[in-house]
Amino acid sequence: MGEEVKVFGYWASPYSYRAELALKLKGVSYEYINEDIFGNKSDLLLKYNPVHKKVPVLLHNGKSIVESVVILEYIEETWKHNLYLPQDPYDKATARFWIKFIDEKCFPTLWLAAWSPENEREKVTNEACEYMKTLESALNGKKFFGGETIGMVDIVASSVGYFIRVTQEIMGLNLLSADKFPQLFQWSEDFANCSIVKESLPPRDKLLPFVKGLIAKYQQDNAKA
Amino acid sequence: MAEEVVLLDFWPSPFGMRSRIALAEKGIKYEHKEEDLRNKSALLLQMNPVHKKIPVLIHNGKPVCESLIQVQYIDEVWHDKAPLLPSDPYQKATARFWADYVDKKIYEVGGRVWKTKGEKQATAKKELIETLKLLEKELGDKPYFGGESLGYVDVAFIPFYSWFYALEKCGNFSIEAECPKLIAWAKRCMQKESVAKSLPDQQKVYDFILEMKKHFGIE
Repeated sequence: MGEEVKVFGYWASPYSYRAELALKLKGVSYEYINEDIFGNKSDLLLKYNPVHKKVPVLLHNGKSIVESVVILEYIEETWKHNLYLPQDPYDKATARFWIKFIDEKCFPTLWLAAWSPENEREKVTNEACEYMKTLESALNGKKFFGGETIGMVDIVASSVGYFIRVTQEIMGLNLLSADKFPQLFQWSEDFANCSIVKESLPPRDKLLPFVKGLIAKYQQDNAKA
Repeated sequence: MAEEVVLLDFWPSPFGMRSRIALAEKGIKYEHKEEDLRNKSALLLQMNPVHKKIPVLIHNGKPVCESLIQVQYIDEVWHDKAPLLPSDPYQKATARFWADYVDKKIYEVGGRVWKTKGEKQATAKKELIETLKLLEKELGDKPYFGGESLGYVDVAFIPFYSWFYALEKCGNFSIEAECPKLIAWAKRCMQKESVAKSLPDQQKVYDFILEMKKHFGIE
């Protein structure tokens, strides 16, 4: 069967990464197109995501799906094997709750804590720690948020478990530490050590200088404002 | 089997209205509990410890939080009546996209319309109209965003219609003049019992906004 699956992404984007990991977990072959999101977005990207003009975009047999969480739900419903969402409606609702929590609270605050100016950093850091404590409670003794195997919450939490950890290294912060959040820290180690995750994450040695540059840009823009 | 459904709510909340509509569409009997947000009940704090917000849907003692998650839950549990999400994955993704768009834009931009003055308000009004026009374009010639019947995006968006009068008065503009097809859609939705019974009176909402403005010291 001729399935055409393409992902328009950016190699360092945590959102783009989610779409790719989901396809890999399902064993779906796809063509990856790296977009120059900081320079010149392609005409195709603007055509397939006219509202937000962002990556990732999933193109399936010519039809475009955008917004990383919408893409994850679409992939789950289209390729109905190696499921990463629970079947029970209540458990599904719980997974969706944590996904929203990560995207609206955890991830943005942790990113903010990384680049905020000194005088604002403590307040944001305290907030971030509260969110991480709450997120850790969602693990509830399980290896992954999805249980024994990676689920959709784990895919989304990769933004925290990998991308934020790299960010913290650059900034010399130690928010997601083994002593402060032992369960969450262990989860991030277990997650990054899964073979399918390990081979698909953007390499640390490439990501470090990129995030360093991005933080510098944010700090510069903030100073100007 | 005795199903116990409770909704912790606050009457002007567009988010609470979404769940009210979904439950009504499915014909589910439930207990509606009005919360005083300045004095949140022990039940609310217990059922939504993370955000301490309404609405909270409690089904047989188990809480579901976040309005769109509730609407999807209601659609999945009571799947044999009035489906809100399409069954086709691509159409479902499109519905999710637009509901997410409503979530990201309407509340925040609408909020700026009644909370600000002068240039900030002018900017907010312009942004709101642009947002509404994009939604109007997506609606096209369909009677509902869901097609021939009320769907997920309709449920996500129609609650904000109860706030339009208040926004128009605060911003001194007419939404109908800019987006007539959208207002036609809203009136069409209001003819449905599930929607009419779930949305508060627009004047009542305006009075509430005026009270909020006084409380926050906004002229």
